[in-house]
Amino acid sequence: MTASVVSEDLDTYRLRAREWLAANMPKQQVVEELVAEGDDDEQWLRARELQAILFKGGFAGICYPREYGGQGLAPEYQKVFTEESAGYEMPILLNVPTLSICAPVILDMGSEEQKLEYLPKVLSGEIVLVQFLSEPSGGSDLAGLITRAERDGDVFMLNGAKTWSTSAYAADYGLCLARTDSTVPKHRGLTMFLLKTDLPGITMRRITQVNGSTEFCEEFFDDVVVPASQVVGEVNNGWAVASRQLFWERTAVGGGSPYVSGSGNRNAAEGELDLIGVAEETGQLADVRVLELIGESYAMHEVQDNLIARVTAAITADQLPGPAASIIRLFHAETDQRDDDIGLAIAGGAAVTGKVGVRGPGEMGTRYLMRQGASLGGGSTEMSRNIISERVLGMPREYAADRDVPFNQVKRSR
Amino acid sequence: MDLNLSTDQRSFLSTTTQFVEKTMSLADVRALADAHGTFDKAWWAEGAELGWTAFLVPEESGGGSVSGEGLLDLAMVAEQLGKTVSPAPLLPTNTVIAGLVNSTSGPDHSAELEALVAGESTGAWAVYEPGQQFNPSAPTTFARRSGEGYVLDGAKDRVEAAELTDLFLVTAMTDEGLTQFLVPSGTAGVSVIGSSSLDVVRHFGEVAFDGVELPASAVLGTAGQAAADIERQWQVALVLQTAETVGVLNKVFEFTVQWAFDRYTFGRPLASYQALKHRFADNKTWIEASAAISLAAARAVQSNSPDAPKLVSAAKSYVGSKAPEIVQDCIQMHGGIGVTWEHDLHMYLRRVTVNRALFGTPEEHRRRIAELLIAERESA
Ligand SMILES: Cc1cc2nc3c(=O)[nH]c(=O)nc-3n(C[C@H](O)[C@H](O)[C@H](O)COP(=O)(O)OP(=O)(O)OC[C@H]3O[C@@H](n4cnc5c(N)ncnc54)[C@H](O)[C@@H]3O)c2cc1C
Repeated sequence: MTASVVSEDLDTYRLRAREWLAANMPKQQVVEELVAEGDDDEQWLRARELQAILFKGGFAGICYPREYGGQGLAPEYQKVFTEESAGYEMPILLNVPTLSICAPVILDMGSEEQKLEYLPKVLSGEIVLVQFLSEPSGGSDLAGLITRAERDGDVFMLNGAKTWSTSAYAADYGLCLARTDSTVPKHRGLTMFLLKTDLPGITMRRITQVNGSTEFCEEFFDDVVVPASQVVGEVNNGWAVASRQLFWERTAVGGGSPYVSGSGNRNAAEGELDLIGVAEETGQLADVRVLELIGESYAMHEVQDNLIARVTAAITADQLPGPAASIIRLFHAETDQRDDDIGLAIAGGAAVTGKVGVRGPGEMGTRYLMRQGASLGGGSTEMSRNIISERVLGMPREYAADRDVPFNQVKRSR
Repeated sequence: MDLNLSTDQRSFLSTTTQFVEKTMSLADVRALADAHGTFDKAWWAEGAELGWTAFLVPEESGGGSVSGEGLLDLAMVAEQLGKTVSPAPLLPTNTVIAGLVNSTSGPDHSAELEALVAGESTGAWAVYEPGQQFNPSAPTTFARRSGEGYVLDGAKDRVEAAELTDLFLVTAMTDEGLTQFLVPSGTAGVSVIGSSSLDVVRHFGEVAFDGVELPASAVLGTAGQAAADIERQWQVALVLQTAETVGVLNKVFEFTVQWAFDRYTFGRPLASYQALKHRFADNKTWIEASAAISLAAARAVQSNSPDAPKLVSAAKSYVGSKAPEIVQDCIQMHGGIGVTWEHDLHMYLRRVTVNRALFGTPEEHRRRIAELLIAERESA
């Protein structure tokens, strides 16, 4: 541990952040046309540049320990910095999963060497991380994955495929869960690797989503040689690492991560959902039905913000168990869905014809096509409900036909 | 409720809980229901002694709170009382107290305040009018000037505990504009009749004002300037109402989860069926969400935040609409017993249904939020 510094009080910190932002960060530009999030390399280069500026200025990784390149401050400081950063261009693309899911896993479960090697590079924008968890054969039953890594001396030979990996094309490393022993029950034969994305034998393909975004990727592994030094945690104990990763994922997707910096959508082009603007443009600001929908959406977001604060504080203080992070994950999906429904209802015909695909009413139709995205990405809401009922309320676990059965004897999808 | 209560708050809460268990448990409440009764005044005075009427009142006026944030302490009491569907006039009396404390100008009302704090009298806000939705700023009840004082004419309904109320706080129009009057129930020309109520132990009534002669000193604050006090009273009422509903939800959920563990079908407990587990997960999420927004609203009103109007409306909109949905789902998961008089569930359903409806429906509050947002946008 480096010598601890007495941290300044929040107000002083706020002023210093305000001055520093004004002097160093570019102002956010509002873009009128809709650009799919994180779809092109330029956006990623820009995010890395912005992260480097934050790092140099001492405002990157505010809640990460100082010895790994962070600022070692409490979440209140991050909150203050995020508030002050409104209106500035921030490296929002790096928040999820790099800073809020993957790097925390390295921090919690990695070796000292791994932390010293990777975390400073992550915080300075040099390394982007992604998640290689889901496979074509299934995502919910994560421990039932079939990508395998066979040990051969100091290396592992990786074969299989991953899918739905958000922004993998722009990443340097992926946290990749693979099976290292199929003769034991599923949870006991897994290992987590920090996999370099450009190793020989990795083929990456981009997947087009219904809204036209191509940031999703799938990867095929053919005899990829992975050094044993890339194992995170212990061999065959990868489920412990993955569990931590899922915890951070629920927390991040739910909106409760202390490692997220800057707010708003992932890039300036998406903009906030502006229901009043949509109502105005479609001449319905005096319509009682429309006003009720606008108020309902605002209320949901207020509820969500306060729920996040309540649940994250309760988990930190051990008043709620860790799996309660699924509560905010579930609520996020519900809020997002309701917004999509409300947007569609207010925009009416303007959501489906005319200026479709540009900001304003025409955006509502395209948003609606991705309605279920928030209920699937980050683990489906059905999984969240299983977790809340079983691990928060203590109800009996679902029957699992693969419990205690060696993985190579378990039935799989046709 | 705040998950981080101080030691003082905890010890206060346990005193209140013990008192409620001894004097107004759910069994007591059910006995009252069977006898068509409600609270009695001696019992209310004991509650007042515990502090239930003191928290909004500054120390120099005979009040005081546990935490220094009186409304949060009071919301805690409301939540606790919700767990046993208590008939206590906590909301109406404290709403009147909030008006008295908020209004700093005008005639002296320290005697009335003192009596309310001591539990010697109870108060109620007479604000709803027959045939109208909640519309506090446009009463048809009118007070015309007469000599030094006023003559009040009109009618109010949905007045909580009207038949037991000593002091009505009446919204009325005057030539000066929107005005509130403190009217003792014994004043000549005031008549009260009980109304039917969905909530069997929380009674309501209609109050008629027939040429009621009032001195100028009956005005609360300044004639024509009642809008700010009314907004404050409304906010306090909503904070107490949503906190009470959260108490109901926690209680109902607790015994419904227990039921799911104890009730077996097809050789396994209800709690083992995924179709039901998922609904328990939803309900748990919505109850935590309700607790979070109701506390946020209480904090905003306590600190006089400029966001308080939107936050209380967000709380009412969310908690008001979710609570009946959650309780109905708990009834469904109980099976047939859930729709019997014998089971306690209907007592709770009645309470959340009444709370949904009064002081503005969720729909009305959503409209209010949108109007506030649009006004903000226009002034920006
Ligand atoms: C926007 C987005 C981003 C994503 N990003 C990533 C990423 O970066 N990296 C990554 O690895 N993955 C990512 N995913 C994949 C995501 O984690 C999976 O889609 C998800 O876990 C579901 O897995 P699946 O698609 O294989 O569906 P399946 O697991 O096949 O499930 C199909 C349906 O059955 C339901 N179901 C399955 N089992 C049960 C059960 N036991 N009880 C009740 N219902 C059940 C599921 O909830 C779902 O509705 C992303 C997905 C989306 C939509």
